Amino acid sequence: MKKILEVKHLKVSPINEPRKILVNDVSFDLYPGRTTCIVGESGSGKSLTALSIMKLLSSQLKQTGDISFQGESISGLSNVDMRRYRGQSMAMIFQEPMTSLNPVMTIGDQIKEALDVHFDLDNDGLNKKVISLLKEVGIPSDRISSYPDELSGGQRQRIMIAMSIACEPLILIADEPTTALDVTVQAQILKLLRNLKEKRRMAMLFITHDFGVVEEIADDVIVMYRGQIVETGSVKDVLKKPKHAYTKALLQCVPDAKGIKKLKPIQYQAFI
Amino acid sequence: MAKINKNEVLLEAKGLYKTYTQTSGFFVRKQRVIKALNNVSLLIKQGETLAIVGESGSGKSTLARCLLQLQALDQGELFFKGKTLTSLDVKDKKHLKRHIQMVFQDPYASLNPRMKIEEILEEGLVIHDLGDKEVRQAKVRSMIKKVGLTVPDLKKYPHQFSGGQRQRIGIARALIVEPELVICDEPVSALDVSIQAQILLLLKDLQKELGLSYLFISHDLRVVRHMADKIAVMHQGKIVEQGFTKSIYEKPKANYTRELLNAIPGNHFKFKVS
Repeated sequence: MKKILEVKHLKVSPINEPRKILVNDVSFDLYPGRTTCIVGESGSGKSLTALSIMKLLSSQLKQTGDISFQGESISGLSNVDMRRYRGQSMAMIFQEPMTSLNPVMTIGDQIKEALDVHFDLDNDGLNKKVISLLKEVGIPSDRISSYPDELSGGQRQRIMIAMSIACEPLILIADEPTTALDVTVQAQILKLLRNLKEKRRMAMLFITHDFGVVEEIADDVIVMYRGQIVETGSVKDVLKKPKHAYTKALLQCVPDAKGIKKLKPIQYQAFI
Repeated sequence: MAKINKNEVLLEAKGLYKTYTQTSGFFVRKQRVIKALNNVSLLIKQGETLAIVGESGSGKSTLARCLLQLQALDQGELFFKGKTLTSLDVKDKKHLKRHIQMVFQDPYASLNPRMKIEEILEEGLVIHDLGDKEVRQAKVRSMIKKVGLTVPDLKKYPHQFSGGQRQRIGIARALIVEPELVICDEPVSALDVSIQAQILLLLKDLQKELGLSYLFISHDLRVVRHMADKIAVMHQGKIVEQGFTKSIYEKPKANYTRELLNAIPGNHFKFKVS
């Protein structure tokens, strides 16, 4: 399979503290139609890795290493040049949809805004496109003139997903998209993302701390610990036959729904 | 190990009602009555853990606040060890309230940033007038060790601790006045999974050692499976199903319970770590 994105030796550190390495030598590839999960605890560098790909890191942080999109290096691009890639080649959804949506704009207008930047369509064309996007993410089309506060958390996340796929990106980056949602809503959103990925043959980079979610959505898994990748593999291998001591220890902390497993907390120790 | 009588009823709630009125609309005021608690009855025996499970808006946190009498009930009765809680005078209430303590979800928001840990822990003892200065300090020292921290930690401030350590302090603060019932409102949902496991095991160990009863509020059905003896499933202010943990997970009766159980991510996965 041809890889769509290649991350090589990615490093992130604060500009005024170059010795403090937040993401250390991270390399991986993304493939069309496959979901790669980055799983790790807070501070493991999983969100920074995702932001580095979009080049959306805070100005206080510096990234080095090489990122190639369809074989072309994008790591040297300026912010302006990067805009061609954001949205159209790769899009991102975040944890808390309410903070990403504009509260004083109807959801229809917000989706249109995304389309308007990248496509040359008249108002009718835009409207048609918005309605078909809403339908694709399971929102009734009469909601087009609703404001974000009139929607539930799950519906807001669906709107975010509609906006992110509006320009038909080849890569969808989802940073803990279901963490703020109730479990029944989470199950629906995961299903929606899985179906969209299949239908549009997108590569998905899915960031989560929840091993249950990993099992639901991942094809491949990357386990991060203190800024480094400690283990990669297929979802089955990583979850059933973990190799690294940290992955093993972490899996033993996860309660199961059957209540068979004995929890074993991680003792303070360095795994790397 | 504390001696407990497993059959003694510790807390009983009978027919609790609580409604909120929500006003919406800018020009045309609309009022909507939300039934946060709609005829909720439950019973906690000594030494057992009852979990309240539900999604956001189901009324589980309102229930906790009402049980602690932080919020007034519209209707219903509460009994603690057979004594009615709802119609007590202030002094008796204070005395009974000592026996019901709470551990909060967010260890960052629930500790006063300007107080040293020793002050935070001692405060409850002062309020309930338990022992003189020397006795109080001895209690503080033994409590901090019980939750896995050290005596030098007492001189520090909350911001010097990690989330998991703060939750340990929250637990110490609740337990220092020797309560019989501890209400834990989502105690691990803000924590990383490795820390979560530590706190869950700590709560379990302390329960065994001190003979505590827990009312454990959670939205995470995997955590609840490990903690609870009994479960009450809440949906839109009502308890839709109540029973022993095993029977709820293996033979759920209510449709809503089944829906919740089916939504657990990675439900079919047995975590056999080789």
